[in-house]
Amino acid sequence: MTPAQMSTHSDTAEVFEEHGTAGHQEFGFWLYLMSDLVLFSAIFATFAVLSESYAGGPTGAELFDLSFVFIETMLLLLSSAACGMAILAMHAGKDSRVLQWLALTFLLGLGFIAMELHEFQLLIAEGHGPGRSAYLSAFFTLVGTHGLHVASGLVWMAVMMYQVKTKGLSVMVQARMMRLSMFWHFLDIVWVAVFTVVYLMGAL
Amino acid sequence: MKHTSHSTGATTGSLKSYITGFILSVVLTAMAFGAVMSEALAPRVTIITIFTAAVLQILVHLYYFLHLNSSSEARWNILAMIFTVLIMALFVGGSIWIMHNLNIRMM
Repeated sequence: MTPAQMSTHSDTAEVFEEHGTAGHQEFGFWLYLMSDLVLFSAIFATFAVLSESYAGGPTGAELFDLSFVFIETMLLLLSSAACGMAILAMHAGKDSRVLQWLALTFLLGLGFIAMELHEFQLLIAEGHGPGRSAYLSAFFTLVGTHGLHVASGLVWMAVMMYQVKTKGLSVMVQARMMRLSMFWHFLDIVWVAVFTVVYLMGAL
Repeated sequence: MKHTSHSTGATTGSLKSYITGFILSVVLTAMAFGAVMSEALAPRVTIITIFTAAVLQILVHLYYFLHLNSSSEARWNILAMIFTVLIMALFVGGSIWIMHNLNIRMM
């Protein structure tokens, strides 16, 4: 299918779906997510191995405020739900609703990143930066890598808001939105593993 | 939320599935944090609780948000995921096993 054919509106969407191109793109993106998961598992393995290498420094139980992390988690979950709403609005063909839900998704994600940066900044200010112990190096690497993914997702989301605004809900824009939502929900799954292994296990 | 009423039955799930998924994941998150913060359970039971909640929550996210189910369209996605989980188990389990042994031998 040529780009010219792809860029037209909803009539072509069905042809597009029938030929399975959108499905192939989503599957390809799924394979990327799976390889990203392998990257995360390497970092999780490192964290697990170093989870008690405090080098005389602070332990997780001394550092973490669980109610703070709980609010962070709620922001991310709400953001994921808002992203789902954006996709539903997209299938209903309502551009302005899509933009509103995407903006909400973006703000909630931004809130999560702001809280994470605040936490990092406090830790570093108290002398508990990544250089303090192997445990803290692993902590900053793991939580930071997840945060970096969320930040990239925010950039992507900003680009999609611009595209929905300028191009409307074209077939290409819809396909990109679907992959963005896969990415966003995927980051939630990684965060579930992060808060369980890092924060909850650390606080025990 | 009348704008979503047209889209039920679309290939990517419905309003109901997103709401169900969201409520379930909030409940499971609250359970896990509650178990640790209340310190009501024995440490061993707490660990089992939070890991069970985490696995359930990951399944909830996969099913309700990423729409992985037993349909034929999702088969290859699931196959790829099973392979990834195997690699992850080798990666994480193997590292912990080897390094733990090494620690004991170095004592």
